[in-house]
Amino acid sequence: MPVIVVEVMPKAELLDPQGKAVAGALHRLGRTAFSGVRVGKRFELHVDGPVTDAVLADAREIAESLLANLVIEDVVSVRELTTAELEDRLDAEVGA
Amino acid sequence: MTRVGVVTFPGSLDDGDARRAVRLAGAEPVRLWHGDHDLQGVDAIVLPGGFSYGDYLRCGAIAALSPVMTEVVAAAERGVPVLGICNGFQMLTEAHLLPGGLVRNDHGAFVCRDQRLRVEQTSTAWTSAFEVGEEIVIPLKNGEGGFVADADTVARLEGEGRVVFRYLGVDPNGSVEHIAGIANERGNVVGLMPHPEHAVEPGFGPDTAAAMRSGVDGLRVFRSALEALLAA
Repeated sequence: MPVIVVEVMPKAELLDPQGKAVAGALHRLGRTAFSGVRVGKRFELHVDGPVTDAVLADAREIAESLLANLVIEDVVSVRELTTAELEDRLDAEVGA
Repeated sequence: MTRVGVVTFPGSLDDGDARRAVRLAGAEPVRLWHGDHDLQGVDAIVLPGGFSYGDYLRCGAIAALSPVMTEVVAAAERGVPVLGICNGFQMLTEAHLLPGGLVRNDHGAFVCRDQRLRVEQTSTAWTSAFEVGEEIVIPLKNGEGGFVADADTVARLEGEGRVVFRYLGVDPNGSVEHIAGIANERGNVVGLMPHPEHAVEPGFGPDTAAAMRSGVDGLRVFRSALEALLAA
């Protein structure tokens, strides 16, 4: 079944207290190569039938009106999972 | 008697206290349900605090899409007084009845304390019983109460006198310009993070210099709406 992935991040200019807390934990663990962390969201929309331009446009509209609040967040990407990505996922499920 | 509706959503916590505040202010509280397209002909509406829909997606986001909110938005556009408290404020921003948004407190912690506020605007439906510049104390309790908006929006809110309440002392959640509550252009819709419904009855409110738990500053928020409706 086709899957559309929507990724949402807090706006760059806003403080991200979740990311700051994770970054603090990394620092305490001595993982000093990582200077900062920002925490966002990934949505997976399962689509009945093929992902046409209209379906993708609908997903973009949903992303910007519902999945993200554009006052505080940005939609980073809206894309269909590739066949290779879907196959990897099926392999992983069979392997489990 | 003036009838004030209080909407209950799955996860609302302070709907009972809001109804009690309405009664103590001298109006009849009416229970409204998130799943109904029916406001039961109420004269004013309160969206209470809590964690509607478990704060899933974003605070207030799913509640803003519930059936009753279609009616609340239509009523707000007709000029019906609407008050959003805490989670209710978050719903009002998610429903685009108020600008800006509420984000996680800058220090990352949940805050629960009696909060000093300055009343900045008294020409709204919910603040007419106060004096401009008056200091009040009502409880505050939230984890995502940081008010944010872009610079243009903040300038417009300040310029049009739509900042209604401002935090005094240490800002509890990192809100821009220490904003605690705002109004729409018409002044009938007000949202604030602190909880006026928890400061309406002697014995149960914040401490004051006069006596423990005697603070009832929140009561005038509800009385303001009644006076505004009677004057209309």
